[in-house]
Amino acid sequence: MRNFDWLMFSIPIVLTLLGIMTIYSATRSVLDTQPSFYVRQSIWLVLSIVALFVSASFDYRKLIGFAYHLYGIGLILLFLTIVLGHTGMGAQRWLRIGPVSFQPSEMFRIAIIIVVAKYLSIKRSPLSTSPLATLLFLFVLIPFYLLYKQPDLGTAITLVGIVVLMVLVKGVQKRILVSLLLVIIISLPFAGNILWEGLKEYQRNRLVAFIDPKVDPKGIGYQIEQSKITIGSGKFFGKGYLKGTQGPFRFLPEKHTDFIFSVFSEEWGAVGSVVVISLYLLLIIRGFETAFYAKDEFGTLLSIGISAMFLFYVFINIGMTMGLMPVVGIPLPFFSYGGTALLSNFICVGLLINVRMRRFILFY
Amino acid sequence: MIDKKKTITVLAYISMAVFVIFLLRLWQLQILKGSYYRKQSEKNRVRVFKIPAPRGIIFDRNGIPLVKNAPYFIASLIPGLSKKGLNLSGLSKLLDTSVEDLSEKIAKRKKHVLEPIRLKEGLSFSQVARIEARRSDFPGLVVETEITRAYPYGSTGAHLIGYLSLPTEAQLRKGLFAGTPRGTFVGQWGVEALYDKRLKGVPGKRFIEVDALGRQLRTLKVVPPQKGEELTLSVDIRTQKTAEEAFKGKAGALMALDPQSGEVLALVSLPSFDPNLFVRGISQRQWNRLRRNPGHPFLNRVFQSQYPPGSIFKIVTAIAALEEGVVDENFSVDCTGEIHVGIWKFSCWKGQGHGKTALRKALVESCDIYFYEIGRLLGMDRIAKYANALGLGIAPGVKLSAERKGLIPTTSWKLRKKGIPWYLGETFNAAIGQGYVSITPAQAALMISAIANGGNVYRPELLKDQPGPEPIAKLSLSPKTLRIIRDSLVGVVEDRKGTGGTVRSEIVGIAGKTGTAQVIKIPESAKKKLANKFRDHAWFVAYAPAEDPSIAVSVFVEHGGHGGETAGPIAKATIEAYMKSSGYYVETPAKN
Repeated sequence: MRNFDWLMFSIPIVLTLLGIMTIYSATRSVLDTQPSFYVRQSIWLVLSIVALFVSASFDYRKLIGFAYHLYGIGLILLFLTIVLGHTGMGAQRWLRIGPVSFQPSEMFRIAIIIVVAKYLSIKRSPLSTSPLATLLFLFVLIPFYLLYKQPDLGTAITLVGIVVLMVLVKGVQKRILVSLLLVIIISLPFAGNILWEGLKEYQRNRLVAFIDPKVDPKGIGYQIEQSKITIGSGKFFGKGYLKGTQGPFRFLPEKHTDFIFSVFSEEWGAVGSVVVISLYLLLIIRGFETAFYAKDEFGTLLSIGISAMFLFYVFINIGMTMGLMPVVGIPLPFFSYGGTALLSNFICVGLLINVRMRRFILFY
Repeated sequence: MIDKKKTITVLAYISMAVFVIFLLRLWQLQILKGSYYRKQSEKNRVRVFKIPAPRGIIFDRNGIPLVKNAPYFIASLIPGLSKKGLNLSGLSKLLDTSVEDLSEKIAKRKKHVLEPIRLKEGLSFSQVARIEARRSDFPGLVVETEITRAYPYGSTGAHLIGYLSLPTEAQLRKGLFAGTPRGTFVGQWGVEALYDKRLKGVPGKRFIEVDALGRQLRTLKVVPPQKGEELTLSVDIRTQKTAEEAFKGKAGALMALDPQSGEVLALVSLPSFDPNLFVRGISQRQWNRLRRNPGHPFLNRVFQSQYPPGSIFKIVTAIAALEEGVVDENFSVDCTGEIHVGIWKFSCWKGQGHGKTALRKALVESCDIYFYEIGRLLGMDRIAKYANALGLGIAPGVKLSAERKGLIPTTSWKLRKKGIPWYLGETFNAAIGQGYVSITPAQAALMISAIANGGNVYRPELLKDQPGPEPIAKLSLSPKTLRIIRDSLVGVVEDRKGTGGTVRSEIVGIAGKTGTAQVIKIPESAKKKLANKFRDHAWFVAYAPAEDPSIAVSVFVEHGGHGGETAGPIAKATIEAYMKSSGYYVETPAKN
């Protein structure tokens, strides 16, 4: 434990504690009985810290051995979610095991990063056609399809983005890259069309609303407009903790999950928001730094995958609350309410710490 | 793996770029537009509900309330709070309307999703109770309240008091009632419309903290409504009621004035309508029935119907003759029943004639021949001058409805209008109030009121105790002329041969004059057999008490025949009612 990165450990804990405070504020209710979201999130935090230590404790290179098994289990769980999962918000994202519901897609993130890191680390750089085709089929199309079916488009797109980024980092033969780019550019209109047709009504509305929130400020553009009001009304110093109105008064939908940042920003203003964003930046930069220090390629790719994931999630989520991104159902790591996501994120940080801790170990 | 250091440096820069984008956006949202969004969030939280202002009560001159405020309930649906798959058939049963009606109203919405759509108006108390009990089954269903009127006197005084209703589509399109909140009842007729601004008050506001589902959490602030101003009308509702009943279902008009102040004591236009029909939203069927009614209930006959004044105009001719000095009170004419001008024959209504007739007798017995003679001596233009000075040919300017001005012809008027000169025979006709001459019942009241007060024509005043009457015309006449005319008018009622004998009262001395406006010119004997629509119109103008007048009244009865027969008793009933109501005459209990 000599080289345990206490900074990397403390950032997520601070963020989660701020998150729990905000969840309390957002779900405090004026009339209804108070749901105990913040209590549950606190319990999950304890579990998650344990999970972090566990995932930091063993040599991460052992993961290479059962990466495929993990990935296989992940796919099966995703498949089961579609078949058995119960519906939340019109999407089947939860799987119930005993008293606990959990979201397999959140755990699946770790599995896909590990398996892609492993797969890429054993291939020669730059990648040629056949490993790319395997990648495309096994680690992009299949999970994308399963997530899309749930439907959890946000996670699906983010995961594809992570995989693509990891592949680019690994390196692809120039001619393949150029021809792939051409194919993508040419097929974009058709693909876009097919994708559009495949979107559910609410997903299309979200896109339309993103492009023009004024279309119907109480209808589809409602969430975006309300989120901007929530953030903007915080001004420089914020309204003060528990003084926010947008969340508890239900103007803001998904206030304790996807739009938790808005609630925080309303109460803590620009000052608080900059602190939180800086914490995320610090965590992400430190993650990339870990990738740099990593002794082996698997460690580097694993760290890049995890850090990129955090970057994407933060960018998409906070960008969405600020009206810079379309509304996609992606939680803010550590902040948003959601036990599985919290657990998964802490495991990811645990893995980063793991890689960082073992950078001085000599390989035998 | 490509250059590790370079790759990771790029990734770190991308991360920092994201950070910078966030900072810029935060700066934009929270610093630059912070105040705007702060205001938006305040607005979000608070919704303002209107509290309808109680409308000012309208009283009669004795403090009797003529109107009552009544709640008006509307079942509305707030679409933004309603769920998909609203149980329309259940709702239609609850509201007692058809599913088609409801879905049409809901589909027609153009407004904000939190603006209520009115589904059913004018609910009864029991309907409101039923809806409140079942509110939870229909999310978004609310009961709104407005204040409307109830008119306890029904059609009595309807043309004066008027009524309230919701603004019509056409009125809203024209931009009328722009300052009034949506769905507020507005005055549409009579005093309710004329003094709408004073009566309506200022609606209050209730600021309520709500969540985005529109659920009301708590009241933040209440700005109480300001009650509208109370109005005391000059009308005496007891006199009004008696006057209307005295018409016994006949069409016509009546205006009673206080000659000293110009205050309107009664204003009757019949047939009338029940204003209560409008406040609960009149049905298309009822509306059509009223509109197509051959009696034209919406015509305010007091100001809008003009007819030849008949013999009541002889007052004007007599005054003109005395004041111009063309005759004195002793000048007499031998009435043989007819007079010849060239080849034309002009008759007196009394075929056998009145014999030797001076001015007083001519007025009391309404001799036509006498007035032909003095008309000939005066000429039309001099008669017209006095008519105008008595308010005839001028709009009284009450603004209660559109007003007609009647017509007092002159020689130049005829030349201008018809292109031919004035004939003497036309002066004959005008001198007895026939031919071109026409006046409205309001003008008749102003004329007789001027006789009663000594020559002042005041604008009729609808409110009690207003400062100083406003003169619209004035006739300066010598006390002697006034005395002669007044004495003659007493004679009309009191003399054995007076044409107004039916008006003679046990309780007060009345002065007056009968009049008959000819519909067609045929012998008197034949008229009895005629259909009602060819019968003459009856006039009567009067004031009382004769020695110190406190009421002047004009009565017009459509197709009433002789003024003395039908219009007279109405004038008498009205005057007696006012004498009792104003305390001039106190009834003593009958002795057994």
